[in-house]
Amino acid sequence: MDTLKVRNAADVEQVVRAALASEQPLEILGHGSKRMIGQPMATNAILDLSGLNAVVSYEPNELILTVGAGAPLADVLSLIDSKNQHFAFEPMNPALLLGSGSDTGTIGGMLASGLAGPRRVKDGGARDHLLGAHAVSGFGDSFKTGGRVVKNVTGYDLCKLLTGSWGTLAVMTEVTLKVMPRPESQRTLVLRGLDDVTAVKALTAAMGSPFDISGAAHLPASSRAAPSDALADIGVAGEAVTLVRLEGISVSAIERAASLATTLASYGVAQTIEDDVSAALWKSVRDVARFAATGPLGAWPVWRIVCPPASGGAFGQQLATDTGGDVLYDWAGGLIWAALPPVADAHAALVRGRAEAVGGHATLIRAPESIRQQIDVFHPPRAGVAALTQRVKNSFDPKDIFNRGRLTRRTTT
Amino acid sequence: MSIQMPPADASVLGRRDEIVAALRQIVPGEGVISSAAEMLPYESDGLTAYRQPPMVVVLPDSTEQVSRVLRYCFEQGIKVVPRGSGTSLSGGALPLKDAVLLGLGKFKRIREIDFDNRVVVTEPGVTNLAISQAVAHAGFYYAPDPSSQIACSIGGNIAENSGGVHCLKYGMTTNNVLGCEIVLITGEILRIGGKAPECSGYDLMGVITGSEGLLGVITEITVRILQKPETARAVMAGFPSVESAGECVARIIAAGIIPAGMEMMDKPATAAAEAFVNAGYPLDVEALLIVELDGPKVEVDELILRVDAIARECGQTTCQVSNSEEERLLFWAGRKAAFPAVGRISPDYICMDGTIPRGRLAEALTRIRGLSETYQLRCANVFHAGDGNLHPLILFDANRPGEIDRAEAFGADILRLCVELGGVLTGEHGVGVEKRDLMPDMFSDIDLAHQQRLKCAFDAQGLLNPGKVFPTLHRCAELGRMHVHGGKLAFPELPRF
Repeated sequence: MDTLKVRNAADVEQVVRAALASEQPLEILGHGSKRMIGQPMATNAILDLSGLNAVVSYEPNELILTVGAGAPLADVLSLIDSKNQHFAFEPMNPALLLGSGSDTGTIGGMLASGLAGPRRVKDGGARDHLLGAHAVSGFGDSFKTGGRVVKNVTGYDLCKLLTGSWGTLAVMTEVTLKVMPRPESQRTLVLRGLDDVTAVKALTAAMGSPFDISGAAHLPASSRAAPSDALADIGVAGEAVTLVRLEGISVSAIERAASLATTLASYGVAQTIEDDVSAALWKSVRDVARFAATGPLGAWPVWRIVCPPASGGAFGQQLATDTGGDVLYDWAGGLIWAALPPVADAHAALVRGRAEAVGGHATLIRAPESIRQQIDVFHPPRAGVAALTQRVKNSFDPKDIFNRGRLTRRTTT
Repeated sequence: MSIQMPPADASVLGRRDEIVAALRQIVPGEGVISSAAEMLPYESDGLTAYRQPPMVVVLPDSTEQVSRVLRYCFEQGIKVVPRGSGTSLSGGALPLKDAVLLGLGKFKRIREIDFDNRVVVTEPGVTNLAISQAVAHAGFYYAPDPSSQIACSIGGNIAENSGGVHCLKYGMTTNNVLGCEIVLITGEILRIGGKAPECSGYDLMGVITGSEGLLGVITEITVRILQKPETARAVMAGFPSVESAGECVARIIAAGIIPAGMEMMDKPATAAAEAFVNAGYPLDVEALLIVELDGPKVEVDELILRVDAIARECGQTTCQVSNSEEERLLFWAGRKAAFPAVGRISPDYICMDGTIPRGRLAEALTRIRGLSETYQLRCANVFHAGDGNLHPLILFDANRPGEIDRAEAFGADILRLCVELGGVLTGEHGVGVEKRDLMPDMFSDIDLAHQQRLKCAFDAQGLLNPGKVFPTLHRCAELGRMHVHGGKLAFPELPRF
């Protein structure tokens, strides 16, 4: 398979136009760190964006960063970290879960997948931080959308569509992101021994408090999951732990942690974890270290289920019981990661049926290609939305040149 | 009216009686308004310089009625202009002579308050403020707070992606909406998103928000609500120059502080506001900055000290810190009344809405002063300084021949300036008809074609709110045509692996 390494947006246009002329679908690739996610594709050539790696401009005082879509996420994170800034949506690094190596991928991949971490409960997702983009559509033309300012309603907000579209609408070449000040300090309250339903009730109480929670997770006790250094470090290995994070200037984080501990007193006595130890804990939640590809559950399919937060506890507990699987909860119950024992359909019918019943949806984030070939990786939309989705796809990429087949399983070929 | 609207369809106008009768079949009783006198309140929105009576007004009260009205219009090829409370400042709800004006005013019910999931499910005609009021007893509120929040509808907020004073910290409408029920022009009813924190598939909610009524008619909305911060305090600092005030804004952000609101007024705006509300504003400063911090008391007290120190470094000449809720509200009273205050010192004014990078604030203001001299019209400036959103108020007298045209030309120059400085045409008011013809100053034909093709995916006949946002109407077939750029798959200059 040809790999076409582009140097600039004009190269991308050229590649896409040639692909159109010869009707050859392209796989859009950064570093390939999330390549194992999605339906297996029917592409003939690879459009490699890793060469578009320039930092075009970084203005910390404007809270604005403009970079090439192929810029390595790790480099960009260390650049903005040097100014005490970060991406507030806390991008997830799925490498541990997928077993895709140590590379954390590119900015383009971060946006195209839109996988946000624990702080989504407070600061939103990737979609809330992309301000502007230059991209090449399936018409072979470069276009821009959005701008380089945080407040902008000029024209349709195509940035929202590009984020989370898994490279199926257009090839982003340069993007402008909102960066935010990194909180000076963090505290995490740890409650022990709660069952999933009670834990999500505690998280709901925390989120309903005025203490500005920036992370709300629950890790049930598990005899199977990969042992966690982060949990061992705080002396709770093997127990169910419920975690609530508070960030900000130190005096504020400390006081809110104390107030919240009082609010949650009926759920037990909370242990308070500080700064670096707390950060390590949240990193392991963010990256779902429990279900690491190299760990004991590495061979199990992993689902990412998004649902109304308050229904998460009962949903996850029942799912774990009925399948003999393992679950963990982020976003105060709104995000459930489920590693389920391997069966032919990866429990798709069960997971999807129940997710829809509570107003949620489920993505099969990790599974062998043979399974991903046979079931829908992304949650199939209802008929009307599916038709609209197809029209939107056609409006950007009518010849289905980009990442053909990645989002939607082809049942007829 | 100096803006060209799509030509009226004579065949539609000729069938008016028949259309009115058909609409009455769908929406009985008072829900169809067809007399000239009764349609008068609908002939303009918040952009009052533009007026046009609609062909007929229809006020459905159920999703089913909306669906049937739209399907009828779709089948008959009749244009539709959706309208919420009619507070748009960009003419988003300006009627067309040959269009049905579809008002959502009867959708006034909050359907569900779900504190556990921290969401409110509401009909689109509910006002922004009413949502906050409905959840206030439990300490919650809905964060986006456009200054028209007492009157503007949440449906209109979705259409315009409304902002407000607090969006620096809490985001715009798009960051606070989770889902909707939307009726397409075909009458098809779709549900997008819901109570889950993210929707699946393409982020259709994200692109519907801010689409200015061109993609569909929203009949139900799910918004996020937040707990009210424990406390809020404000610093009011006067500066001898706009440059020093702008520097102060930059340094506050650089210090890692994201205030709940950060507003600036220039001297003319400060004077007008003070004369109107007696907020105690200093009148001898060139720029007045109000910085509000909210959160836990201990945090706010600490950040107030930090902001005060930064303001002193930047050469503030006056400074007050609010020590009570009354005092905080007084600081804001003048800023919030800035528009009516300016209305008192001038027979007419228009309010512009560009955004620039924060760092170009002083430069923008100097250039605006220059334009003010060129056009011989006064201008008072209020800014959402934290996010670079400018609201220059251009003062004029519509009774003087030619002045409104000069004011509009002045306004257009300000918006072009915003684009030139790296900013955008509109920060929160929307493009509507007001900025429609300036779109080519910011976007190329190709950029606009990509937006219009999306419009085609929702409304292939272009029947919903035509004449807004896009300066040129194209047929969808023409936009969808693919230019095949010849050749076979050959990339001679590209490295291969």
